Amino acid sequence: MPGTVSIRRRVTDWTTYVLCLACVVFAIGILVIIVSSSVQHALPAFQGSGVGLFTRAEPLPCSYAPGGIPCNDFGGIEPVLEGTFYLMVLASAIAIPIGVLAGVFLSEYGRNPLGRTLSFLVDVLAGVPSIVVGLFIFSVVLWWQPTIVYSVISGGLALAVIMLPVVVRTTEESLKLVPQSTREAALALGIPRYRSILQIILPNGAGALVTGALLAVARAGGESAPLLLLELQPRIGFTGWTHSIVPIPLLVYLWGFTEPNANWQADAWAAAVTLIGIMLALSLCARFLLKRRLPGSGM
Amino acid sequence: MATIHTFPDSDVKLTVDHVSAYYGKTKAIKDVSFQVPTNAATAIIGPSGCGKSTLIRCLNRMHEVTPDARAEGKVLLDGVNIYTRDPSEVRYRIGMVFQKPNPFPTMSIYKNVCAGLRLNGVRNRGVLDEAVIRALKQAALWDEVKEQIHRPGAHLSGGQQQRLCIARALAVQPEVLLMDEPCSALDPIATAKIEQLIRDLKGQYTIVIVTHNMQQAARVADYTAFMYLGELVEFGPTAAMFETPKETLTEQYLTGRFG
Repeated sequence: MPGTVSIRRRVTDWTTYVLCLACVVFAIGILVIIVSSSVQHALPAFQGSGVGLFTRAEPLPCSYAPGGIPCNDFGGIEPVLEGTFYLMVLASAIAIPIGVLAGVFLSEYGRNPLGRTLSFLVDVLAGVPSIVVGLFIFSVVLWWQPTIVYSVISGGLALAVIMLPVVVRTTEESLKLVPQSTREAALALGIPRYRSILQIILPNGAGALVTGALLAVARAGGESAPLLLLELQPRIGFTGWTHSIVPIPLLVYLWGFTEPNANWQADAWAAAVTLIGIMLALSLCARFLLKRRLPGSGM
Repeated sequence: MATIHTFPDSDVKLTVDHVSAYYGKTKAIKDVSFQVPTNAATAIIGPSGCGKSTLIRCLNRMHEVTPDARAEGKVLLDGVNIYTRDPSEVRYRIGMVFQKPNPFPTMSIYKNVCAGLRLNGVRNRGVLDEAVIRALKQAALWDEVKEQIHRPGAHLSGGQQQRLCIARALAVQPEVLLMDEPCSALDPIATAKIEQLIRDLKGQYTIVIVTHNMQQAARVADYTAFMYLGELVEFGPTAAMFETPKETLTEQYLTGRFG
């Protein structure tokens, strides 16, 4: 009798294990397929343009160019790299300082009902669909400066709103890991609270803070919905904060979905691979920083 | 009733005047009054949970850092009620060393020691250097760390870290030094060093030390306060109190019948 139970248990045990493993393999398999098929589709563009893919500003395949004009069958995606760069710079410049200070408030002054409510609202903000954020910024900019609705500024604002809750939350969590005894040590020296926050508590959580900022950039860098606030002009790089620009995700959409030219489609895949690469690099940096525990990420 | 020794006013540094403390609705300190004499070591002893740590934290308003904690009554530093002053100023004048060594983990030994001065606005490098060397010497740590003063403070041993914390507290030249069970996380050798340090320092500083170890109180303190269930039972010269306690409770505690 005990023997049969044990066999049945072993079979159930084994089945559960295999089922779980299969699901993991399935999930990872999808990632592998996405990455490998992207690379495969992008290969012609990488081969055709080489490094020029990342430096060329005027993607003008020969089939489209009038005779005699110097051309290349594969264009370049340099303008959209600029696009992503400037949008992320603006979004980070807005979201990181505000987010860090808000996180400081929640961690250092928010251990009360008000703080807990605000903290919950930050979670709600994180849950707002990005297309709604886009619509909101669209309406705000339309009321504020109708002439720059389609601009780096409005796109950056939308991405900043998306980054904000990530930065607030990671700042709050990383500062809460700073031991209470460190705060007490600072206060017991008669150091004013703002100074102890700026010069003792923040440096203690610095590692986790940088990680949070990187993750926020990675999160916003791949967003596409709020970028419908931009004019779809993938051949023009940065010409000013009030002008439009196209970041990587939009090029993927424009050339990947709507462009019949096979070379341009390859460019879109190349842009997608580049985006995946940037996200991966940011995540790796974040992981590395978290692992290395910058002097005092809590210890 | 409690037996409380008193001093002439000129010898008194701190006066604890009818202090009660609460955590929410729980009364942790019940109407405690006594005087802390200038340039001497005063120990607060008593069984776990009797309110020793709460009481010592009321002496530089550190209890206010704990949510829901509040105190009533007065604590006079040279006759001035600290509860009418700015808490930062009070803590600058009344330093504190905690149970577990808590050096600032991101800072070097040097920066740890001068943190109190630097973050209170002292910029002059010469002044800081001088203060660091003086404080490390006072804390009997200088000879051990003088070669590595710019290395992280967190790399020192537990006993050295605690002496670093004492140096950090001394660097701002406080008038009173509060020590909340400063040896409870340390081994016997490190404990002996800290006790020697307290004996050396008590001529220059007014020291209040909380300890759960009555032998330690007997070894370092000139005066001892015995607390039980939030009340001050007896306060007087250590030797006299240990030899002939005036209160039955004190005698029972000192002879190990409870606590």
